[in-house]
Amino acid sequence: MENFTPFSALLGGVLLGTSATLLLWMNGQIAGISGIFRGAIKMRAPDRLWRILFLVGLVCGGALWWQLMGPSFIPRDDFPLPLLIIAGILVGFGSRIGNGCTSGHGVCGLGRTSGRSAASTATFFSIALATTFIVRHLLGGIS
Amino acid sequence: MKRQIVALLTGILFGIGLSISQMVNPEKVLAFLDIVGNWDPSLALVMGGAVGVTLLTFRRVLRLPKPLFASRFEVPGTDGIDAQLLTGAAIFGVGWGISGYCPGPAIASLTFGSAEPAIFIVAFIIGNAIAIRWQAINSELIAQH
Repeated sequence: MENFTPFSALLGGVLLGTSATLLLWMNGQIAGISGIFRGAIKMRAPDRLWRILFLVGLVCGGALWWQLMGPSFIPRDDFPLPLLIIAGILVGFGSRIGNGCTSGHGVCGLGRTSGRSAASTATFFSIALATTFIVRHLLGGIS
Repeated sequence: MKRQIVALLTGILFGIGLSISQMVNPEKVLAFLDIVGNWDPSLALVMGGAVGVTLLTFRRVLRLPKPLFASRFEVPGTDGIDAQLLTGAAIFGVGWGISGYCPGPAIASLTFGSAEPAIFIVAFIIGNAIAIRWQAINSELIAQH
């Protein structure tokens, strides 16, 4: 547990909740990243601009912090490529048919005490725990 | 115009939140998901902090007649847990548990110097496209019956 960073974790979480609150209060929208991304890349989607701007902000927010605060960790870049691609496809497929991801169902859905989001969040968390266990401890640490 | 500025600024805030909390570090995410390994409980506090805020604010916000800069709240329904919702969440969980990336952190960490987030996002788009095809085929099959 020597890597435990409770203060920055809590602060970051509060910022995420604050961002989601402002987007809902001012624009009436849910800060669900997979849904926003889907709407942003769809060619003829209505209301595309705000989604693109939110994603631009997301990239800029990360970049701003990385530049101002200096790298706080070494970004991983040796993850096995086939696994990374498979993982990306699964996340893309799953969040599409399950209507959301960590932000939409987790951060926003739980805040609305949505039964759908609670079921989704409980499912993806427990499956992710099991998957990490299998990959790291049963398949012999390929990641 | 106001709505676009809000979107940009809330996006920036979201990106900073993901960065400060280190959700953008897939190794940190996997260290949280790996409870029998060298467990790092930090991400429980990220989720706790975020949901703590939304639990306090969302209910009040949604009681307002309308948002500040839009004509109505666009929120999905909260009832109706079906197989598709849970299957999607489970498949999502497998991908998240393998790689340590979910969509937000991958996008927020695009400029950090590793190619992984960009590769992940391309694969995410492919997965999305497959899901759309799959849903179209599925609804055709249902329509035939």
